[in-house]
This record gives sequence, structure tokens and C-alpha cells, in this order.
Amino acid sequence: MAPVGPRSGDAIFANVERVNAELFTLTYGATVRQLLTDLEEVEEVNKQLDQMGYNIGIRLIDEFLAKSNVTRCVDFRETAEVIAKVGFKMFLGVTATVSNWDADGTCCSIILEDNPLVDFVELPDTCQGLYYCNILSGVIRGALEMVSMKTEVTWIRDVLRGDDAYELQVKLLKQVPEEYPYKDDE
Amino acid sequence: MATTACFIIVSRNEIPIYEAEVGSAAKREDAAQLHQFILHAALDIVQDLAWTTSAMFLKAIDRFNDLVVSVYVTAGHTRFMLLHDSRNDDGIKSFFQEVHELYIKILLNPLYLPGSRITSSHFDTKVRALARKYL
Repeated sequence: MAPVGPRSGDAIFANVERVNAELFTLTYGATVRQLLTDLEEVEEVNKQLDQMGYNIGIRLIDEFLAKSNVTRCVDFRETAEVIAKVGFKMFLGVTATVSNWDADGTCCSIILEDNPLVDFVELPDTCQGLYYCNILSGVIRGALEMVSMKTEVTWIRDVLRGDDAYELQVKLLKQVPEEYPYKDDE
Repeated sequence: MATTACFIIVSRNEIPIYEAEVGSAAKREDAAQLHQFILHAALDIVQDLAWTTSAMFLKAIDRFNDLVVSVYVTAGHTRFMLLHDSRNDDGIKSFFQEVHELYIKILLNPLYLPGSRITSSHFDTKVRALARKYL
């Protein structure tokens, strides 16, 4: 097969199978609701959502690389751009922006203006500590771990808590060198 | 704007899940209880009437002195009841329809348990704004 260049998020999004947005939103809502009922503690729900996201992320990265044809990123800056512009577009249909870089380029913020997960949602008083979209941070962490980057992803801003946008802070902890049985010619 | 108006939402299992006094008249101390009493007394009539028509808006179904009870029944049998002293059927109908839309948004919130009390302050503000606009 002839080598193809990286595809844009929009091009991939136009070709993937899609589901009804409300079905998706309500399914995710039902999941969170059930977790709240089962685990009772909001903290535990946050942890569980993150874990679920991680499990999604470590699988999703394969699909992402297969469909997007992105080439190896030279540095973490490029990685973050690809996540925001291609990754989010491909799987959620929204684009994010990257900003707030620190000096050594290991920590940045991914800002989402629009988030399909939270349509209709309003946090009641009993769930004030809940990070409703915590699954997203897990997905990013899981996906990056599979491409040998240990990261820490935390929420900085959340519209459900009264902020004006969704801001995820992605912090690169370390780059795990690729280990031996790794054959360069494969 | 009506001088007296009281709006409540009653869930399908006869529990009031939202109440608001939306009139502009100076509050009498016992007014709230009186209003609730009249509205609750009208529930029986609603129960009979709801199955005789396919319309959601049941118009004025009961009166008490100069106060009138208008009711709107959703498909899920949640009842919106408005006690008012104004005669403005069109305004009331629009009020109910818009509140219905707000109520659907509340229902779609996965963190809201259907049939439980509506505590959202956003909903409260919106309903009061609609009351000012239509009643």
C-alpha cells in the first residue's frame, strides 16, 4: 500500500460510524448514575471513571493510529496538538485547543469549549465533588501510556462546576524508553 | 403579571416535586398553605379529567372564590398545576408548554431521579422568568 500522509480529524470523523448524540450522552449518563448508586462515594466514582477511561484509552490508541496515519511525534508539544486536533475530533466530534505550556514543554492544558458528554447534566448538591467527565482524563492517560509516555491528567476547569470551559491539564511525567524485544525493521 | 399565582408540579405518584409562589401580590402569611390546599383538592378532578381527553392542557378545571386552577398533564402523567386570578388562557398555555420543555431537560439529566424533588436553581429561575413573561 502506498504510504499516506496523516489525515485530518475532520476527514476521519466524516468516515467513521456514528451514533445518535443523545443516545451516547444518555448512555454515558446512565453509566455515571449507576456508578454513583453502586459505589456511593463520589471519590470512588471519580476513580472508577478514570479507570474505565484508562481501559478504553489503551485500546483506543490502536484504532487511532490505524485510522489517522499520524507519524511519530517529535516532542510532547506535537503529541498534545494531535490529541486535541485529531483525537478529540475523531472520537467526540469536537476540537480542543492546547495552551498554557510551561517552560520546559512537559505540561499543558487541553481546553474543550464544547463537550457532548454533558448535555442536559446539572450536578445536584449531593455530587458536588464529582468530575463528571473523568473518563476523558483516563482515556488520554491510557492512550499515552501505550505510546510510552507516562502522564498525569487532571481537571482544572469544569463547566458543571461553574467555570466557562473544560480544561484538562496533561503533565508528562516521564518518557519510558522502548525496551528490548523491539525490532526496528518491523 | 397576575397578582396571585401559585405553581406546583406533582409527580405521577402524587408527590409535589416543585412549588413556587409567582404572584406579585403582597404575601399573606397563610396564603401559601391556602394555595396548596386548593391545588391539592383539585387533584381528584384532574385524575378524572385526564383520561377523558387527549389534550395535555386541561384549561381551568376548578375555582375557589376568584382563584382558578389550570392544569397541564404530561405524557408521563406529571401534573403542572397553576392557581391564578388572571384570565389569560393563551398566556397560560404558552407558560405550560415552555415549562414542559424545561421539565424535559430536567428529566434528561442523568443525575436526576424521576419523581424526586426538583432542586435545580436554574430551573427555578427559568420558571419564575416565564411566569413574569406570560402570566
